[in-house]
Parts: sequence; structure tokens; C-alpha cells
Amino acid sequence: MRRIISVLMENQPGALSRVVGLFSQRNYNINSLTVAPTDDESLSRLTLTTVGDDRKIEQIIKHLNKLVDVAKLVDLTEGAHIERELMLIKVKATGAQRAEVKRVADIFRGVVVDITPTMYTIQVTGTSEKLDGFIAALAGTPILEVVRSGVSGIARGEKVLSL
Amino acid sequence: MALLSGGDALIRALHDEGVDLIFGYPGGAALHIYDAIFNQDKVEHILVRHEQAATHAADGYARATGKPGVVLVTSGPGATNAITGIATAFMDSIPMIVISGQVARESIGLDAFQETDMIGISRPIVKHSFMVHTPEDIPSVVKQAFFIATTGRPGPVVIDIPKDVTDPSVKFEYHYPETVKIRSYSPPTKGHSGQIKKAVDILLAARRPIIYSGGGVIIGEGSELLTALARKIGCPVTNTLMGLGAFPATDKQFVGMLGMHGTYEANMTMHEADVILAVGARFDDRVTNSDVRKFCPDATILHIDIDPAAISKTVTAHVPIVGPVAPVLKEMLELVETSKVKPDKEAMQAWWERIEHWRKRQSLAVIPAENDVIKPQQAIQALYEVTKGEAYVTSDVGQHQMFAAQYYHFDKPRRWINSGGLGTMGFGLPAAMGVQLAFPDAVVACVTGEGSIQMNIQELATCKQCALPIKIVTLNNKALGMVKQWQDMQYGGRHSHSTYADSLPDFIKLVESYGHVGIRIEKLSELKAKMAEAFAIKDKLVFIDIAVDPEEHVYPMAIRGGAMNEMFLSKTERT
Repeated sequence: MRRIISVLMENQPGALSRVVGLFSQRNYNINSLTVAPTDDESLSRLTLTTVGDDRKIEQIIKHLNKLVDVAKLVDLTEGAHIERELMLIKVKATGAQRAEVKRVADIFRGVVVDITPTMYTIQVTGTSEKLDGFIAALAGTPILEVVRSGVSGIARGEKVLSL
Repeated sequence: MALLSGGDALIRALHDEGVDLIFGYPGGAALHIYDAIFNQDKVEHILVRHEQAATHAADGYARATGKPGVVLVTSGPGATNAITGIATAFMDSIPMIVISGQVARESIGLDAFQETDMIGISRPIVKHSFMVHTPEDIPSVVKQAFFIATTGRPGPVVIDIPKDVTDPSVKFEYHYPETVKIRSYSPPTKGHSGQIKKAVDILLAARRPIIYSGGGVIIGEGSELLTALARKIGCPVTNTLMGLGAFPATDKQFVGMLGMHGTYEANMTMHEADVILAVGARFDDRVTNSDVRKFCPDATILHIDIDPAAISKTVTAHVPIVGPVAPVLKEMLELVETSKVKPDKEAMQAWWERIEHWRKRQSLAVIPAENDVIKPQQAIQALYEVTKGEAYVTSDVGQHQMFAAQYYHFDKPRRWINSGGLGTMGFGLPAAMGVQLAFPDAVVACVTGEGSIQMNIQELATCKQCALPIKIVTLNNKALGMVKQWQDMQYGGRHSHSTYADSLPDFIKLVESYGHVGIRIEKLSELKAKMAEAFAIKDKLVFIDIAVDPEEHVYPMAIRGGAMNEMFLSKTERT
């Protein structure tokens, strides 16, 4: 099952490599990973998505918790949560296709952020599933480049991951 | 407060941390630090002959004393040579601080002479690591490093220090912090009382209980409490290879080591148990055998460990208790003592009758060889007799290690010092150096083989320089015995690269050239007398080269993929 694990950790050199190294060392998968400092510059928030059965996820969480740099973490998929991913996608947009691409982008609430006479660069945000859906909806349109940010997530309601 | 350079501050911080002995080897990036060592007399430095030996010596020191071992090496090859020893300490949860020199800050990343990314290379085998960026950071980094290495589940911590950070011309006001707090690191200090109560209830209701205790009991100073608890319950106790000595081996409740080369009675008792209390043990594959689905099918598993990741990693615990062994055992003992429920005497008696039946099989009985040939087991038995079971015994890895574990009966913790997790050949001699330096008057024996000893034999020079009267007990079967045993059992007797009889050195001449004493023993009839003669030499290292039966295998031996009750008991018998 796909899980979103959100980690609050020290914003220290080497901290990220310890997290990533743990995954390869113990034969776990990382499907996506995002990391950036929080409002408190001394802390980073890292969100990763991985796949595994309950036993594997339990081990991943325990081993992440063991890392000295990791302050707190949560498996967001255990409760109600919001997940978002950002995608920048460059597609060919000429002739009749130009209007069709714009129409599809509108349906997905995408924003055209750059244009040339022959192409659009569209920004789409949403769940990973929605971004996959957008790519599928563009079937027939030549895709030139796809850049995805990886998933960020936050728990719904009053639950907060902080020190 | 004093104005100190980074190098001086480092050594001063070690002293402030209570360190009086470090092991190391100098080199370019560490020279400022070595100059700082030269200029003081608080911290003694032991010069080894290879950085791997420095880590094993510090490791042996740590295992014998419970205090962290400290290592100092230079950058590049100095750092990489230390890696095997760091991994050895990591696998067995040994507190260790490894200080490595690094090229100057401005040279990092430029492929400078003797540059290697020590933080990166050591990352999977350390508990934590620090790169020191300014001299002023040295005191706080040292404080944090010792705190991390020695608390929770202990482990090695690397401190990588660029050369210019220890520059003698750059000074700062030295102040060693009295306390340390790391917001993202807070190891447990006690177990969950509800879980402990639950475990005690199950243990007291058990009809066929066993205590399975590991290295964590020794590291966590829980031996006395464990022994007291076992006596109260009246149940059998087995120790892992790492846990030997945590419960007295000569106690009648002790059923021997369990696992791959455990006794028949220990493995049978585990397999038939209805409750297993696992304390500071991690259900590793040398205990459970390869297929955990067959592991102890009737047992309810109560598992105490300070590391939550060790619980339910391979075998699922029914009652997990995360916490340090000693306070948890203390709480359990108090509950057992005050509980109205007492262990069922009749059930326990019936249980012991079954265990005695397994014991009668005498799985460690030694069948003497013909023609005055020495069996390796007999050599360990002689060692045990001559040292009256009181020696510190270090070992290398292989058949001799298993024979020592089986036939030297450890009654006290911290006396049996071996590389259990990583299985590092070359560990024994340097580890013995660390033990002998920690306890100069103790009898320290290194049980080894002619294969393992050659992996760090250069340390004979360190032993000479430091006048260490270690007794090296070499079971010489002229082959890599354990490799050969597996080849006999699983590869049709094809001894691929496991023999070298024609190229062995004359160990007696070799050790004599270092200024040590060598004694060769070839006949069973002279074994005890010559062993006694060797141990009567109190002030010198003695290398005892014992020719043993090269055909001997270690038994019992777990059958691959089987349950705990499936063992080979000799070359011709199996369960």
C-alpha cells in the first residue's frame, strides 16, 4: 500500500543523506521525496512516498525515528490528510490542438505559465492521481517535458507535526 | 577558561569526558592532534600497527569495561582502514568514538591527497556522525558524540575533523559543556508499566517458560537482575553468543547457548516453550534459523529491547516492551515478588523433567581422538581448567569461536568478547589488547585459529611495545575450519580455497622474532601441562600453537531452513 510519511528533522548537512541512505541500505523504496526548511530555519520538513505492507512500513518508521537528526514523523495515510503535488508540463500546442490543450488544462484547473507559438507550459497542482489523470487526458498531444515536485502533505484538522 | 587550539581542545575534551586511553595511528591530517597529544599526559595513546586494530582494541576495551572506546586515525586510508572495526562495533552495539582527520576545509571535494568522504563511507555503520566545521564546535561535538554513543542502544560515532580546524595557531576560549540535550534524540529511560505487568502475568502463568537473553543484558548491565528473575521463576535460561556470561553458565538453570551451534537442550527447550521471555536479544538468523515461520510454534513471545526497531523485525512479539533492560527487569522482578500468583510448581517440574531428558543426550560430549591427537574442544576445556573460568576470553571468528563459546563456561558478564554480529576475523588479538590495557593484572586469552590470527598479526608488535602479557591460544587445524566444514557438509567436500597447510608460517619463530614466547602443543598427553606452563608466564605474551584434529566439525549444527528442533548432532546423527 502507498504511504505518505512526513518527517520533521534537523536542517543539518548530511541529514537528508542519512534518510535516503537508510532506504537503500534496508532495501526500502522511495517513490517520491520533497524536502525544504520550515518557518523555523533550523528544521526541515521532508515528505516521502513509499510502498510496503504494514510490517515494512512499521520498520521504516522505526528506523527513521532512530536517526538522530529525525525529531518527529507521521504516517499521513493513517488519518485524514491533504496531499498536493505540483507539475510543470511542456506540450506541443499547434493548430487545432492548441485550443484543445487549453480546454483540458482548464478542466484540470491548470494554468498556462509560458507560451510560444508552438507550445504551452502548463502548471497543474493536486494529488498525484490528478496529475496522472491530466497526463492521460493529454493523450495524442506530444509531451515535451514533465517536471513533478513529488508529494507534500499535511494532516487535516487540528493535528500538527511540530516540536 | 583557557585559550586552546582545536587540537588541544579535542584532547582536553576527551579528558573532560573521562577518557584516559585512546588507540590510533598518526598521519598527515591528524598531525596537529598528535602534537596536542605529545604536549600533555592526561590521555594515553596506544600506537597500533593498523587502524583496523585500533578500532578492535577500543572495542575490546569498551566491551570489557562498559566505557566507550576511543580511536584516532588520519584521513583517507587511515579512515577507510577503520571501517571494518566500526562496522563490527555497530553490529554488536558497542559504544565507540572514532575521530578521523580530514583534509583542510578548503580542500574538501577537490580529491586532495588522502581525502576520502569519511562521513559518507561510514554512514550506514555508525549511530551518528559529525563533521566539525570550526574549532569552537569541538567541545560541544565531543560532548554530543559521547552522549549519543553511550545512551539508548549504544553504537559507534564518527567525528571527522578537517586539518585546519586543529591548527595550533588558531585558538579559542575552551569551555566544556556540563550537560547535553539533543532535541531530536531522546532514548527511552523506562519501559511501559502496563506492558510490563502484562508480560509478568503471562510469565507467571506459563507452564513451559524460557528466558532467552542476549548481548543487550550485558550492555545494559542487567545480568544480576536477570539472574534474580530467573531464580524467582525457576525457569531455564539460554544465552545467545553475545549474551554469554549474562547468566552464569555453571548454574543448573542454564541450558547453554542457543542457535546455530547451540546445545541440543537449549534449542529443544526453545522449540517446545509456551512462553519465551526475550531480553536484549534480536532474534537474529543465527538463532531463529532461516525460516522464521517454523520458529517456536507454541510460544507467546515477550520481548524487551531498548531499540523499538529490534522488536518484531523478524519474529513478531506478542508483548513488546521498549526500554532499557535493567529498569524493566527491576520492575518485573518487583511484580513477580509481590504477585499472589506463583509459578506452577508441578508444571515447572514436568518441564524440567523434559529438559533433563534432552540434557542426557550430552550434545557437547567430546569423543577423544586416537593416537594422542588433540580435539579442538579439549584445548578449550584445558584453557577453562587452567584459567579456572576466570579469564577474559576474546576470540576471532570460525570454529574456534564456537568451541570457545560452547566449552568455556562464562559465569560473569563482559568476560567473553567476540564479534558476534559482523563476524570479523582479525578481531581477537587487538580486542585482547584493549582488554589487557583496561585490566593490566587480569588473565586475558585470545582464542583464535591460524587463519584469523594472520588477519591482524602485525599487532604482535603493539603487544611488545606495550608489554601486554596476552595468551594467544591458537587452534591450528591448518585450514579455514568453518569454511571447510560448510564445504564438507554442503559442497561435497570440495575445499575451495580453504586450505594452505604448505604456506603456514612457523608461528613459534614468528612470535619469537617479536620478542614473545611461543609454545607448540601437538599431543593430548602434554596439553594440560604445557597450557599450564604457558599461563604460568605472567609477564610475557605467549603464543600457544595447538595442533588440533583438522577433521573436526562444530556440532550441534542447525539444519538450514529447519525449525529450532532440527539439528545435526554429529557427522552421522541428526534429530
